[in-house]
Amino acid sequence: MIRTTQLAYCYPGAAKLEFPDTDVPQGAVLLLRGPSGAGKSTWLALAAGLLRPASGQITVAGQDLIAIQKIATDAWRAGAIGFLPQKLHLSEALTVARNLAMAQWAAGVPDDPQAVRRTLEALDLADLAARKPRQLSGGQAQRVALARAVLLQPKVILADEPTASLDDAAAQSALALLQASAQRCNATLVIATHDARVAAALPHALTCQIGIKRLLELREKL
Amino acid sequence: MKIVAIAFRYLWSRPLAAALNLLLLALGLASITFVWLTSEQMDRAFERDLAGIDAVVGAKGSPMQLILAGVFHIDVPPGNIPLEAVQQLEKDPRVAQLIPISLGDTFRGFRIVGTSPAYAAHYGAKLAQGALWTQPMQTLVGAQVAQNTGLAVGNTFYGSHGLGGTGHIHGDFPYTVTGVLARCGCVLDRLVLTATESVWKVHEKATALDDEDQKILEQEREITLALITYKSPLAAVTFPRFINTTTEMQAAAPAVEITRLLRMVGVGTDVLRGFGAVLLLTAALSVFIALWNAVRERRADLAMLRMLGASPYKVAGLVLCEALLLAAMATALGLLGGHLLVELVGSWLQAERSLPLTGWIWLPHEWWVLLLGAVVATLAAALPAWEAYRLDVTTLLNHR
Repeated sequence: MIRTTQLAYCYPGAAKLEFPDTDVPQGAVLLLRGPSGAGKSTWLALAAGLLRPASGQITVAGQDLIAIQKIATDAWRAGAIGFLPQKLHLSEALTVARNLAMAQWAAGVPDDPQAVRRTLEALDLADLAARKPRQLSGGQAQRVALARAVLLQPKVILADEPTASLDDAAAQSALALLQASAQRCNATLVIATHDARVAAALPHALTCQIGIKRLLELREKL
Repeated sequence: MKIVAIAFRYLWSRPLAAALNLLLLALGLASITFVWLTSEQMDRAFERDLAGIDAVVGAKGSPMQLILAGVFHIDVPPGNIPLEAVQQLEKDPRVAQLIPISLGDTFRGFRIVGTSPAYAAHYGAKLAQGALWTQPMQTLVGAQVAQNTGLAVGNTFYGSHGLGGTGHIHGDFPYTVTGVLARCGCVLDRLVLTATESVWKVHEKATALDDEDQKILEQEREITLALITYKSPLAAVTFPRFINTTTEMQAAAPAVEITRLLRMVGVGTDVLRGFGAVLLLTAALSVFIALWNAVRERRADLAMLRMLGASPYKVAGLVLCEALLLAAMATALGLLGGHLLVELVGSWLQAERSLPLTGWIWLPHEWWVLLLGAVVATLAAALPAWEAYRLDVTTLLNHR
C-alpha cells in the first residue's frame, strides 16, 4: 500500500513541487501520469526513500518514510521495493543470472540460486541465464530487469516509463507481464508514464495526475 | 555472490586496464622486494665473513682492495708480504690470532687458499666428510666447490696459475682432497683450503733452477696477507698506525672499509629503491585513474546497487575491494618476481664465484610489501570509493 497526504518536495532554487494525495491499497495498480518534468521521477524517488519530502506524509508498504532513519532506508528499500528503471541498468560485466544474484548481494540476503532460477523461469528467461546483457534483445533485457525487480518478492514495484520506445504489441505484452509479475507477489504496482497506451491497457488502475495544479495555474494565466 | 567475486568480475570486465595496473603495481613491489633481499643478504654475508677479523695486514695499496681480496675473496690482492715480517707480527703482544692467507692459484675459478687450520676453525666450519690436511698438497674443499666441481675425498686435481682461471696449469703438482666442508653460508663455501706450504711448494718448485736457488727462494718466502684478531679492542688504536708507519705493509680495518663500501653500494640500492617508489607512485596513479573512470562508467550500475538496497558503505566497499584485489594479485606477483630476480642474479653471481645470493629466503620485513601494496591500493581507491559513496541515486530516474 501507498498513502501520501500533502506531499511536497523542493529542489534548491526551484518552486515547490506539490503532489496530489494518493491512497493505493496493497496489490493495486497506480498510474503516475503527467508531462515530462512534472515530477514523476521525484515522486518515485520519494516513494523509494531516496529523497526526503519537504512536507506532508508518505507511507509505503506500511513504512512511514518520514519517521524512518536515513541509515535504515537502504535495508528497507531492499526488502520492500522492486525497481524497473527505464534504461534497465543491467550490469554488462555480469551474466543474466549474476545480475540477479547481484540484487541478493546488494540487499544483503544470502545467495539463493534456486530463487534466481525460479524467477528466471517464471519470466521465460531460463535459457538466457548464462548470457551477457549485450547478447539480449530489448524485450529480453527488459524481462531480465523485471526479474531482478521481483526477485526478492517486493511489496511495491516501481516501473519507470516501461513502454517508452516500445511498439504497440511489445508495450501490451510488457504491461501484461508487469501486471502478472506484480500479482504473483501481490505487490502494489506503480507505473510512471506519459504514454496514453498504458492508461488504455490498464482501465482498472488508479491514476495520480502529477503537475495538474501547475497546468491549471498556467491556464488561468492565459 | 561474494563481494570479492563481484569485484573480480568488475575488475576483469576491463582486462587491458586491469592487466596494465597489475603489471605496474607488481613491478614496483618487485623492485622493492629485490632491493631488500639483495641488500639484506649482502649485509649479512659481509657481517658473517667479517666476524672476528679486526685487521687485515697486506701489501701497501688500496685498503678496500685488501679487504675484498683477503676476507671476501672477490678481488685480487695488492701484492705479497714477506713471511719474516708476518712471523714478527705473530709475536706482537696485541695480536691474539694471526691467520696467514696465500693466494695465487685457482681450480675452475675457485680460489686455492694457502692458510692454517685456524682459518677453517675461525668460521666454525665443520667437515662433511674426510679430515683436515696433515701435509702439503692436501686440501679441504668448500661445500659449493664440491657441489660445482664434483670433487670428493680422495680425488686429485691441478690448480691453474692466477686468479683469473685461465692461467698455466701446474701439471706437476696434484692436490689431493682430504676433506669436504659442510656448508657454512660463509666465504669458505667457495674456497679450496690447503696448507700455506703447498702454495710455496707449487711455485718454488716450478721456478727454482736448482737446489741452491730453492734455498734462496725459501728465505724469501712470502704470504699474501694475514687476518688478525686483537687481544683487546684497545689495539685498534695503536696497531694499524704501527703497521702503516713502521713497516712496508699496511693494516686495514675491515669494519671501516665495509662501512665505506656499503655506503657506496648504498647509493645504488637507494637509486633502485627510489625507482621502486616511483614505479609504485605511478601504479597508484594509474590504479586511481582506472578506478575513477570505472566508477564514472559504472555510475548507473552502482546507483542500481543502491536502488536494490545496498548501503553507500557497501558500494564504496565494492570499489575498495576491487583495488585491494588488484593489490593482492600484484603483491603476490611482485614478491614472486622479486625473489625470482634475486635468484637469477644469485645464480649469475655464483657462476662468477662471487657473493652468495638466493631468492629462496623470506625476510621478516617482506611482510611490509604486503602492507605497502594494500596501502597503495587503498590510497588509489580512496577518492573513487568516496565518489561511489556519495553517488546520487536519483540520477537513475533521469531520462536523459
